[in-house]
Amino acid sequence: MSVQIWTYVFVVLSFGLYIGIAIWSRAASTNDFYVAGGGVHPLANGMATAADWMSAASFISMAGLISFLGRDGAFYLMGWTGGYVLLALLLAPYLRKFGKFTVPDFIGDRYYSNSARLVAIFCAISVSFVYVCGQMQGAGIVFSRFLEVDITTGVIIGMTIVFFYAVMGGMKGITYTQVAQYCVLIFAYLVPAIFISLMMTGNPIPQLGFGSELTPEYGGGYLLDRLDNLSLDLGFAAYTEGLRPTQDVFFITAALMFGTAGLPHVIIRFFTVPSVRDARKSAAYALIFIAILYTTAPAVAAFAKTNLLNTVNNATYEQLPSWFGTWETTQLIEFDDRNADGVVQYSGDPEVNELTVNRDIMVLANPEIAGLPNWVVALVAAGALAAALSTAAGLLLVISTAVSHDLLKRSLMPGITEKQELLFARLSIFVAILIAGYFGINPPGFVAEVVAFAFGLAAASFFPAIVLGIFYRRMNRQGAISGMLAGFLFTAAYIIYFKFISPETSNAAHWWFGISPEGIGTLGTFINTAVALTVNRFYAAPPKAVQDMVEEIRLPN
Amino acid sequence: MRDEHARAYWKANVRILTVLMSIWFFISFVCGILLADFLDNFRFAGFKLGFWIAQQGSIYVFVILILVYLVWMDRLDARYTRDKNTHDSKTRQADKPDQKQSPEDPA
Repeated sequence: MSVQIWTYVFVVLSFGLYIGIAIWSRAASTNDFYVAGGGVHPLANGMATAADWMSAASFISMAGLISFLGRDGAFYLMGWTGGYVLLALLLAPYLRKFGKFTVPDFIGDRYYSNSARLVAIFCAISVSFVYVCGQMQGAGIVFSRFLEVDITTGVIIGMTIVFFYAVMGGMKGITYTQVAQYCVLIFAYLVPAIFISLMMTGNPIPQLGFGSELTPEYGGGYLLDRLDNLSLDLGFAAYTEGLRPTQDVFFITAALMFGTAGLPHVIIRFFTVPSVRDARKSAAYALIFIAILYTTAPAVAAFAKTNLLNTVNNATYEQLPSWFGTWETTQLIEFDDRNADGVVQYSGDPEVNELTVNRDIMVLANPEIAGLPNWVVALVAAGALAAALSTAAGLLLVISTAVSHDLLKRSLMPGITEKQELLFARLSIFVAILIAGYFGINPPGFVAEVVAFAFGLAAASFFPAIVLGIFYRRMNRQGAISGMLAGFLFTAAYIIYFKFISPETSNAAHWWFGISPEGIGTLGTFINTAVALTVNRFYAAPPKAVQDMVEEIRLPN
Repeated sequence: MRDEHARAYWKANVRILTVLMSIWFFISFVCGILLADFLDNFRFAGFKLGFWIAQQGSIYVFVILILVYLVWMDRLDARYTRDKNTHDSKTRQADKPDQKQSPEDPA
């Protein structure tokens, strides 16, 4: 069977599964719709959190990013897993004990203020929207590459599927489809990795494989040494050495960690389990499930890079394997024979280099590059779609709850009945899907760049406000609101300046303290905290009822 | 008295967090970033140590940290519940003479 038929089989099967789950888990109440009735088993919640969390970017782009960043790529690995430690230790148990539906719920109640709630709604919606557009776009790319439908059709198919289970099932539908999506995506990620590891090193465990010796067909010697030498020979930096300034790596890692812990679509997953203990447990499960992919990714990166350098460099164009042509048509790989010798020169020297490689093909084309069987190649499409759709659904739910619950029920129209609220929730998720779909089809040029900044913004707004709300009983609303605003505005301004107003000056010489826009969220977090603590001193302590609530959420039962 | 248990619980909780967060900071920021170049002088199998901690080791440590947290908090919760209950039953015993005097009182 051809790759395309296999792809259709996997995609149709997995989509059928998601629709089946959607029909089985319809939401009957707002409680179902917002927090899946609060009765999700911690193991299931762990899987759902992992799928919620691992987006199209984790699945498609991360290994590719690492393979071009070398050791520095670790800021994605440590940032996106280390943030879970913060989430599990500093946020999840207490927010579960608090026991409402959303992050603005917590901010609004803890800071006894509708202004705080509105600021939180604004932050939640902007962070989630930025992020969801990227997911839709990712789904569109996978459809267009693997199923050879155009991107528009691809996005519409994706939207329809998400629409089906998100509008019908709310959090309940989303949770159980995410469990299925986790299984699909992790299988699709691991199978090619294991195959390649076996082929190149004879070790079936990729995590060990990339520290092992290559098989004789690949020339023997330790894989990473080989990769370092190949890179140096071609004029690139050694793969296992860091290039970026240390303080920048430090700040980017921290921004991704704080951002992970502040992302509303991940936080709300912990509202769905029955107890505080289950919240802790499911954070542990979630990190284990995420770590399976995140420890495989750097191995995939090293395998793919070695393979690419081995195959492509100094090969004559005619000799190149067929995958090269397939990916050339998608323009993810481009060969410009500048000296017209018919031979590919891949080099770190821009004067000599003739090959441009898009980082995304490191995962998407990896099975083909390694010459794996067709069904393995096809699996990747189903996995990437699972990753994109699961994250999109989680984000759409945040947007919908922010509108129907936080904005309408808690702020503007407190008189509406539960039935009306549920209707508004469904309506707003529907509208959000349409808008996200529109941006998926007509991506504003900045989506890819901005996704990383969603983390900066989440880090600089939510993370300190929630942590201070739990660990500092005296924090009052004036402090929290001014902190959130200061952190958010500072981070947004810095990013907008270097990315849109003056991108030509975006380099280490102009950055503050050498911190790139990707890492500035860390400084935003510190500014938020400093402003909050300072302003806090000038106003009265929060009312007794709020202080009692803080005492209460600190206790397990 | 119950507040005292709650305070002790919270203190113990913060202590656990401090220990675990210090390890979290040390393994990721200190070993994985600040000292990575130095640690790269050591090797095992095909890995340089700094590189391995940055791309693999730190993640394993994160998982272990959350698991340790789970176990420690379970113990702390159990101790808190037990202390609270023994304390509650002591107060109930102390209240008993009153109850004998007024058996019709539902409390």
